[in-house]
Parts: sequence; C-alpha cells; structure tokens
Amino acid sequence: MKLKPEDLDKISERMRAQTVLREGAGRVKITVHMGTCGIASGARDILKAFVEQKSKADMQDVILTTSGCAGLCSHEPMATIELKDEAPVKYIDLTPEKVKRIIEEHVMGGKIVADFALAIGSERVS
Amino acid sequence: MQNFRMNLMVCAGTGCVSNKSLKVKEALEREIKERDLQDEIQVITTGCNGFCAQGPIIVAQPDDIFYQMVTEEDIPKLVEEHFLKGRPVRELMYTPPKEEAPIPKMSDIGFFKKQQLIALSNRGLIDPEKIDEYIARGGYKALAKALTSMTPEGIIEEMKEAGLRGRGGAGFPAYRKWEATRRALGDIKYVICNCDEGDPGAFMDRSIMESDPHAVLEGMMIGARAIGSSYGFVYIRNEYPLAIQRLTTAIEQAREYGLLGEGILGTDFSFDVSIGRGAGAFVCGEATALIHSLEGKLPEPRTRPPRTAESGFMGKPTNINNVETWANVPHIIARGAKWFSSIGTETSKGTKVFSLVGKVNNTGLVEVPMGITLREIIFDIGGGIAEGKKFKAVQTGGPSGGCIPDSFLDTPVDYESLKEAGSIMGSGGMIVMDEDTCMVEVARYFLGFTQDESCGKCTPCREGTRHMLNILENITQGKGQEQDIELLLQMGEMIKETSLCGLGDSAPNPVITTIKYFRDEYEAHIREKRCPAKICKALIQYSILEDKCTGCTLCAKNCPVAAITGERKLMHVIDQEKCIKCGICQSVCKFDAVGVE
Repeated sequence: MKLKPEDLDKISERMRAQTVLREGAGRVKITVHMGTCGIASGARDILKAFVEQKSKADMQDVILTTSGCAGLCSHEPMATIELKDEAPVKYIDLTPEKVKRIIEEHVMGGKIVADFALAIGSERVS
Repeated sequence: MQNFRMNLMVCAGTGCVSNKSLKVKEALEREIKERDLQDEIQVITTGCNGFCAQGPIIVAQPDDIFYQMVTEEDIPKLVEEHFLKGRPVRELMYTPPKEEAPIPKMSDIGFFKKQQLIALSNRGLIDPEKIDEYIARGGYKALAKALTSMTPEGIIEEMKEAGLRGRGGAGFPAYRKWEATRRALGDIKYVICNCDEGDPGAFMDRSIMESDPHAVLEGMMIGARAIGSSYGFVYIRNEYPLAIQRLTTAIEQAREYGLLGEGILGTDFSFDVSIGRGAGAFVCGEATALIHSLEGKLPEPRTRPPRTAESGFMGKPTNINNVETWANVPHIIARGAKWFSSIGTETSKGTKVFSLVGKVNNTGLVEVPMGITLREIIFDIGGGIAEGKKFKAVQTGGPSGGCIPDSFLDTPVDYESLKEAGSIMGSGGMIVMDEDTCMVEVARYFLGFTQDESCGKCTPCREGTRHMLNILENITQGKGQEQDIELLLQMGEMIKETSLCGLGDSAPNPVITTIKYFRDEYEAHIREKRCPAKICKALIQYSILEDKCTGCTLCAKNCPVAAITGERKLMHVIDQEKCIKCGICQSVCKFDAVGVE
C-alpha cells in the first residue's frame, strides 16, 4: 500500500492504545487487585472481563493494570477506577456483569456506579 | 487491533542480546502462554535502552517498572508476581551503588532522569522492525510536512534557525552543507549517512540505527528534498550486523508504504536509498575517504577543495551527515526550529548522545542537553567512579580527543568549551579514567590506535605519529630522555598543522593534553624512572610484604611463571628475574600482602 499523508494519522490512531499504554498516560486507569485472595475469588475472570470490554468498546485511552491485595479480602474481587484529575473509586465484590456496567457508566460515562462502589479515595501512604 | 493491558519492552540492543536477552524473551513468552496471559500481555523487542551495564533489561508498561540483569530463571517468578498478581519484584530492580532501596520506576532512576531524548526519543518505546510503531509515535509526519507545506529553501531556513551542528566530529552547521550542495551545479546529487563509527568504545550511531532506523531514513529524505537529491547511501561498517539487519528491514518496509521510491506520499518527490558496507577502517569516518570506499576505491582522504558538496560520490555534489545528525532532522521539522534552539547553549543547540564508558558505575548510552556539565554526566548520570576510586580525567571525542582533568569538571559540554579545554566533541565518545590510570600509558595507547589506523597517504600522519609513538613507548619503558616532552609537543603541533585529514589533525590530542595537564607524570617516568599510577610494567616491581604474608601459598599456586617460592605458613618471595609483572599475585592475595613499587 502506498501511503498518502492522511494515512499516517490513520495508522497512529489505529495504534493509539499501544502508544498510550507505553507512555503510561491514559485518561482512565483501571487497577484490578490480584492478591491471592483476589485471584481465589475470581479476579482472573474480572481482569479478563475488563480486557474484553476494553477491546469491545475500543477504549484506546484506558490503561488496565494490576496490583496486589487491597486489604479488604472479604470483598474481593476488587478494582480501582481512576479518571484523570479525579479521585480513585474502589469497587467491590465484582462480577463480569458489574464490570460491564462500570465500563459503560463510569469509564465511558464519567458517572460513579454507586451500587457497588466502596469508597472514594485511596489510603494515604506515609 | 488487539487491546493488550501490558507491554513488556525487552531490550534487544547488541549489549543486551550478548547478555542473552533473546533467550530471556523466549522464556518470557513461554511463561506468559503457560499462565494463559498471551491475550493480555504483549512482549516487544526494542532497541538499546542505553543502560548497557545493567542488561538484559525489561521495562514493564504502563507501570514503568525497570527490571535489570534479568535471567531466564527469574522469569517464572516475575510473571507470577508482577505480570499476573501486580506485585513488582524488588530484587530485579535497580539499586544505585552505595544505596539500599531499589528504584522501581525507570523515570526515577538517576541514569535516566537527567537525560533529554531527541535523537533517541523512541528508544525502548518501539519495536524498530515495525514501521507502524514508528508512525504511531509521529514518524514520517515531518516528512509529510516537509513535502506538502515547505519549500526546499524553507527546510534549509528552518535548519539554519535550529542551529543543528554535525554530530559526527567537526560540528559544522548542517544547513551550510545542505545549502552548498543545493546550490552546487549538477542534476544528480547524493546524500550519504555516515555510520562508520570507528572510535573504540563508542556506539552512539549503532544504537540509534538499532533502535530507530526509520528516524535516520526520514532525516535523509527531508535532507534529500531540501538539497534536490533523489538517491542516498547509508555507509555502515560490517561489524554492525544487527544495525544492518534492522536498517534493511526498515528500508523494505518504507518501500512497501511508498515512503521510498517514486512519488513519495503522493507528491512529486522521489528518493531511494541503498546500504554501502565498510570493512571497518577508522579513516573511513572521514568524508572523502568514505566516498572513495563507497566508490570501490582505496579509502584514502583527498585534499579539499573541492568540497564534497561540489564534487563527492562519482564526482557529483554530495552531502554527508552522521547518523545522529540525520536522526535529529525529523524532530526539528516536526516541532520547529524555535523549540530545538531553545535547548542547549548559545553556540551548540539541542542534545548530544554520548557513550559513557570507562571507570564509571553506570556505563551506557546517554543523551543530554548541550551545556550540561561533565560533572553532571559523570557523577549524576554515570553514578560516579567505580569502586569508590577518585576521578582523574575524562577523554571526550574518541581516540583523538583530549584528556580533561578534574579542574574542568564544571565545564559546560559544548563544541567551544571542549575545544578550549584541548579536546573535541567528536562523535560522542566519553571515557572516564580513575586514579589508577597512567596518563602516559593512556596517551601511548590511543596514539597506538590512531597510528595503526593512519591510512599512510600523507607523511606527517604516517611518519609523525609513528615517531611520537616510539618516544612514548620509550618513556613508558623507562628509556625516556629529558627533551622528549618538548619534542612530543613540537611534533604534535606539526602533525596537527600539516596532516591531510582530520585523523592526523586530531591524533596528537591525547598526547598534547596529557602533557598539558599531567606533565608531572611524564617527568616522573623520564627523570625518576617511576610510574606514579604503578601501571607501566618496566617501572614497577611486585614484592611480598613480610608483615602481611601468612604463607597461604595462593600467590605461588597462581603465578603463571612459577616466580614465587616459599614454604607453607612462611613468608613467600618473588624472583624478580622470572616475574613478568602480570599482577595476578596481587589480585589473588586475600591479605593485601603483595605490594607494588
């Protein structure tokens, strides 16, 4: 294929998810807590659900990452959603269906899903 | 395209590959599959990260976690702990010398923090063998801009305002060469990329070519448009197989996209490029010798004028720039001359890539803004002198650069300041020396290199460097004469003034600067027959210290010439007649009982 100048932009757009990922500068950061407790209560499936939803909704500017146990083991699987310039929100007792709603309402729509949000903010690290 | 949640950037520069990074990559891919993570995590091979001392390197994105010295055995734990469970593995992170806490994030590590990347801005971020990844980071947009909204004169004007000077050695303003080639008479003109990089210990150009070959190609295309050329060559030494391979792939991919060939990006601009391989002669870094080699002739320089801009390859107007110079061009066109000229000093704009080697803790490749001090490069980025030793000198500019002592550590690095200190910017070699370095021996070593690489065409360089080398050899062997220092200085100046090309012109630099700054060491060798750094074999003697020797017999067992004798638990003695001064006894002794005088 011989490129025209405008094709360069098309290629960049197609590759944007990757660029955002490598530069670590997305609009939204989703952290799935993958401690032993999280994995035991199904965090692997939650992570997969996020990956699937992310691909389906074509969310190029969303970074999906993992971290250890969030400390509230009885309410795993958990995830933290952090929109740029907003306080992080923790969601508990997740299921793939809940993931779908979080993606649609919070990540895409910007509205916190109060039904299964635990708290706004993160612990202080001193 | 597939949406991964994590990218693992495995360094596949020559340094990391020789430390088995490709084996690490295979193990990583195996383990990821084993854990059913292949749809979530992508493994990418990138060009050199620069922190070669710590390879093999893996950077995990988006977390920006920097893993170093990773082995195949580390992979299962790394995948389970971090890539699955999200708990970064501390023991594989970098811990600065003399500190205890590891630094997780790449961007927080001192080695990277003070660097400013232009020529290397894609390093570690793209797979150099995939043109789409280059385009995704804004690649070829500068070319599109140059072809669709700038005139050739406008491009040259932009380069003039930017103030980019040649990164290969002499520091000649790039736009002046471009302008001269554009104005030269003739319908066929050529552009050449000089990737001959012959300085021992220097690998700036190789690294750029390995990590971002499209940047070099794009720079050449923009230059060709400005000059009015439709054909280019990349002259690259055959010792750089990985760079040649990646460049070959890049050229093929660019042709497929119509970025090389006829009617590039739908415009009337046509350009193509081929690779010329060099056999690794140092003199081929010199423009006219390089052109001779490319033409299939003996690589010897010729007198100028005519300049290559008027008569170069096959007698046609030719513009030669170095790899790093070309790699800067797309950034200047894309972001503008104002942005570029805001970086650096009054006379030296932008950044410079250095290969920082020698007795520093963090050896590797660094890109820093012009005007940064030598101290910042060596101590903040380089992490100071290895093994807690004292700094003695730094040689900039490769084998023909000068050696600069500690009184110049706060000198801002730019073309003029380095010249004033008696050295050169060169192509960016930077060799750090500690207190255990004999400066006479250093001068002898580098002159030995340039003398060996002298093409022999002109007498001052061919004969002059040989005589200087003889004198230096005599001094290091304790046969120096009182008048030798003056003779060396006289000959050095003479060779500099009368040599045909840059090789002879700069070859005496290490000798002249070491005499200027470390004259006392020369005098000690000549008058007292003493080597203060205890390096020159003819002037030192190893002996075993009576009060420290425990008679453990380790030295005697390791002596390759059986020069050490002694009974068990009794003091040992070195037979000076037999001793070849290899120093093995000193390095194996556990009681510091071997002294050197």
